[in-house]
Amino acid sequence: MSLSATTAPPSPAPPPPDVAARRRRGSLLNRLDLKYSPYLYIAPFFLIFGIFGLYPMLRTAWMSLHDWDMVGDHTFIGLDNYIELFSDDYFWNALVNTFGMFALSTIPQLLLALFLATLLNRTFLRAKTFFRMAIFVPNVVSVAAVAIVFGMLFQREFGLINWLLSLVGVDQIDWRAHSWSSWTAIATMVNWRWTGYNTLILLAGMQAIPKDLYEAAEIDGAGQWRQFWQITLPMLRPTFLFVVILSTIGGMQLFTEPLLFANGSIIGGNQREYQTLAMYMYEKGIYNLSTAGYGAAVAWAIFMIIVLVSLINFILVRRSAK
Amino acid sequence: MSLTTRRARMAATALAAVLVAGGLAACGNDDDKPAEGEKPAKLVVDTFGEMGYDELVKEYEKQTGIKVELRKTAQLGEYRPKLVRYLATGKGAADVTALEEGILNEFKANPRNWADLTPLVSDHSTEYLPWKWELGKAPDGRLIGLPTDVGSLAVCYRKDLFSAAGLPTERDQVSALWPDWNGFHQTGQKYKQATGKAFIDSITAVSNGVLFQQGSDLFYDKENNIIADSSPAVKAAWETATSMVDISAKASTWSPEWSGGFKQGTFAATFCPSWMLGIVADNSGEANKGKWDVAAVPGGSGNWGGSWLAVPEQSKYPKEAAKLAEFLTNANSQVEAFKLKGPLPTNLEALKNEAFLNYTNEYFSNAPTGKIFGESVANIKPVHLGPKHQAVKENAFEPAMRAFENGQASKDKAWEQFTKDAQTQGAF
Repeated sequence: MSLSATTAPPSPAPPPPDVAARRRRGSLLNRLDLKYSPYLYIAPFFLIFGIFGLYPMLRTAWMSLHDWDMVGDHTFIGLDNYIELFSDDYFWNALVNTFGMFALSTIPQLLLALFLATLLNRTFLRAKTFFRMAIFVPNVVSVAAVAIVFGMLFQREFGLINWLLSLVGVDQIDWRAHSWSSWTAIATMVNWRWTGYNTLILLAGMQAIPKDLYEAAEIDGAGQWRQFWQITLPMLRPTFLFVVILSTIGGMQLFTEPLLFANGSIIGGNQREYQTLAMYMYEKGIYNLSTAGYGAAVAWAIFMIIVLVSLINFILVRRSAK
Repeated sequence: MSLTTRRARMAATALAAVLVAGGLAACGNDDDKPAEGEKPAKLVVDTFGEMGYDELVKEYEKQTGIKVELRKTAQLGEYRPKLVRYLATGKGAADVTALEEGILNEFKANPRNWADLTPLVSDHSTEYLPWKWELGKAPDGRLIGLPTDVGSLAVCYRKDLFSAAGLPTERDQVSALWPDWNGFHQTGQKYKQATGKAFIDSITAVSNGVLFQQGSDLFYDKENNIIADSSPAVKAAWETATSMVDISAKASTWSPEWSGGFKQGTFAATFCPSWMLGIVADNSGEANKGKWDVAAVPGGSGNWGGSWLAVPEQSKYPKEAAKLAEFLTNANSQVEAFKLKGPLPTNLEALKNEAFLNYTNEYFSNAPTGKIFGESVANIKPVHLGPKHQAVKENAFEPAMRAFENGQASKDKAWEQFTKDAQTQGAF
C-alpha cells in the first residue's frame, strides 16, 4: 500500500517528441556544418580540376603507353612510344624550333615590358590610366585575327614588311622559307600580343615596392639608375619569376600563330622550319588517327619540358638575387 | 553507431554520389536500338562545304514525313576532327555522313565504324562511274559509301591576260594549245616570254593534275604497301610538275599569295575541279567577272576531290538513314545539287541529263561547265588510293615539291625528303 502510495519524484514533463527530434537533428546539422561544409566550399575547384585537369592528364599518360588508333584498336606497348621519341628527328626539330621562337619572343618581350613598366611607373607621366589600358589592348584581340593580319604583313609578294624593306633597298624576303625569318615573324606576333600583359604585371609588382626605400636611397645620394638596379630589380624578383614561368608555359605551347602562319599546314613550313612541339603533338595525336598514342607521348614530353624549364628559371632567378 | 564510422559512412556516401553523378554523365548514351521497322522522328545529315542538299532534304521530308536536319560545316579542316570525335567516343555522329575522298580512304582502315549498305539499299553498282562506286567499298568488301560528286578537272584561264600575251582566247582554241603537258608547258613559256609574268599558280597544282591521270597505283600498291619511291605514277607527276618551275608563280594553293594572286593577276591559269569555280570567282572578285573562262585540262581528264555518303554504325536508324543516302545520291538529286551549288554528278544518268549538259556559268564567260566537266568525267581513270593517301600527298609530296620550287632544296634533295617523309606519313 505504502509502496504503491509513494509517488515517483516529480520529473520534468518530457518534451513533446517532435521538438526533441528537431533539437537532435539541429545539433547534427550543426556538427555536419562545422565538419564538412569547408570541404563543400572547396569542392567545386577539386571537382572541376579533377574533370578538366587531372583526368585528361592521366588519360593522356595511359594513352601514351599504347599503340592507340583514334577510331580503331588500342594495344599496350609500354614505354615504346617514349623510346621512339628519342630517335625521332622531327621531334627534336620541333623542340629546337620551339626554343628558338621562345628565345626570340620571351627575351625581347620581357626587356621591353620592363622598360615600359618603368616608364608607366614614373610620377611625371600624364594620363596614366589611358596608357595602362592602351598597352593591354593587343592582348584582348583574338589570336586568330592577330595571326591572320601578321600573316598578311609577312607575305612574300604583297606584304607590308617586304614593301617597307624594299624602300631601304632590302631584297624581297620569303618569310616562310627559312627558319630565322619564320621564327622572327612568329615571335613578332607573340611579342605584340603579350608585351602589354607582362608590362602590367611588372607594373603591379613595382607599385608594391615601398616608397620609403626610394626616399632613403635618394637621401643617400643614389641616382635613378642605381635605384633601379638595387631596389626595383631585386624587389621585383618574385613578380619576374611569375612572368617568366607564364611565358615559358605559353612559349612551349605555341600553336595557333605558327599554324595560321603556315596557312593551316600542320607540318609548319615546307621543311618543318617552324613546326612547334604543340603542332607536332597535333600532327601525331589528332591529325594522324593511327598514332594517337605517340601524340600522347609527345604531350607528356611537352609537360616534362615545361616543368624542367620552369625549374631552371626558378633556380636561376633565385640565385641571381643572392 | 560511433562517430568515426558515421563519418566514414558520410564520406563514402558523398564519394558515391559524386561517382554516380560522374558515371551518369559518362554513360548517358545507352545504345538501345529501337525496334525493327520503327520509323524515326528525325534523321541528321552531316555535310561539309556546299553539297547542295538544302532543297532536297525538304523534299524528302515531304515525301516521307521524316524530319531531316542538315548540319553543314564550312571547312573540311573543322569537319574531320568533329567526325573523329564522334567515332572515337561512339556518339554524336549524324545518321548520314558525307565523307570526302581522303577521309573515306583513311576511315576504310576501320570499316566496322560504318554500316554495310549492301543489304540496306537496292543494287546500284551499275548506275555510277564504276571506279567511283568501287572506291566506296572497304577492303573487307562492305559497301560504306554511296557516291556523291567528283572533282573532275579543267583549266581556268584569264582571257584578258592571254590576249595581252598574244595567245588565243576562245576556249576550244585554248584547249587545242595543250593536248598534253608538253604543250601546256610551251604555252606557259610563250606567255612568260611575252609578259615576263608567271603562267600558273604553283607546280603542286600541276602535280595534282598529272597524278590522277595515270590510272594506276599512286603512293600505295594494291596490298597497301607504300611504294612512293618506286611508283611510276608518282615519278611522272614529280617530273612533269618540277619541270614547270620556270612558269610558276610559286603561290601554293590556299596561301595568301595564292588568293591575292587572283586579283593581282600574278598567274594567268590554274587547275579547276568543278568545286573550285566558286572559289576562283570569290578570290577574283566582281571586277574580274567575265575575264575568266574554262578550257580542257592537258591529257584530257583528271580528278581532285569528291565525296561519298555513309551511315555510321552508331546510327540508331541505319535502314532509314541508308534510304535517305540513296535518295540524296540518285540521278535526279545529283542534277538538282549541281544546279544549286555545283558538285559534279557521278551518276551516269545524271551525267547525260539535259539540264546538266546545258548548264552555263555566268561568271566564267558563260562557259558550258556542265558539258566541259561532264566530258572530262568520262575519261577519268580509276586509281588506287591507299589509307593515308591524303597525308602522304599533303605532308610529304607537296611540301617537298614546294621546297624545290622555292629554291630551298635541290631536286634530288627534295625527292629524298619526300621518300623519307612518305614512309612516316603513310604508315598506318
